[in-house]
Amino acid sequence: MNPSLFSPEGLAGVIFLILIGVTLIGAVIATCTQRLIRSVVGLAICFLGVAGLYYFLNSPFVALMELLIYVGAVCVTIAFAIMLAEPDENKLLRKKPGMSGGLSLVCGGAIAYGLAYAGVNTTWVSAGAKVNDGSVKAIGVELLTTFSMVFELVSVVLLIAILGALVLARAGRN
Amino acid sequence: MLTLSGQLNTYLVIGAILFGFGIFGLVRRPSLIGMLIAAELVLSGASINFMAFNHFLAPDPTVGQIFTLFIMAIAAAEAAIAMSIVIAVYRNYKSIETDDLTELKG
Repeated sequence: MNPSLFSPEGLAGVIFLILIGVTLIGAVIATCTQRLIRSVVGLAICFLGVAGLYYFLNSPFVALMELLIYVGAVCVTIAFAIMLAEPDENKLLRKKPGMSGGLSLVCGGAIAYGLAYAGVNTTWVSAGAKVNDGSVKAIGVELLTTFSMVFELVSVVLLIAILGALVLARAGRN
Repeated sequence: MLTLSGQLNTYLVIGAILFGFGIFGLVRRPSLIGMLIAAELVLSGASINFMAFNHFLAPDPTVGQIFTLFIMAIAAAEAAIAMSIVIAVYRNYKSIETDDLTELKG
């Protein structure tokens, strides 16, 4: 059952452990650093790890989209926001020390422990045989048949988001 | 230890930990952009759960992938809107601290 370290399965297992490490280290950097620009970089590292996990879950297309959209677009957008608004978190964290950190640690820890406990201790039952292979072709067919309405709605949502961002950011400028 | 990638529980625990980090950041961060970053972590924890159930249990393995794609689209829209709100707030208050935005407080 346990593969040796240098078999293909063993090497895949090592890569998986590294990906888990990258994800968690990225999450720690994203939440714990003082300067916001570092925490954006941490977010990008975390999403790199998550993309690797998606690859292990047999969906390279979603892994690629994760890299393109999250690392390529969302992180860059947040970096722009930081450059335009120049927040000084250093000063803020010094102003109200202690209390906020302990409280947030308790909140986050309790929720993570509760969710992990519930997930691990439930017996999950498989819902039946697979009806397709989950390939990119199958995703495309489903997107244009079963989920075509949702697909169109999401494109409308994105269009409205673009217009709303323009309107909000332009208002108040002469 | 090396067969962790084939177990549903691994992914559930990672998703829960990412969600917990997101909540931790949401409570701890004193500025709007920090909270936005933490919210992205919450969304990605939820996405990992969808993808894990999709791979291990769902009869149709495209549904979870499509749902994750929709989550990504919503997250991108949310990031764009939140960025323009941050810029509008910064222009009016010259600050993005959550403690300073008290205009609507009674």
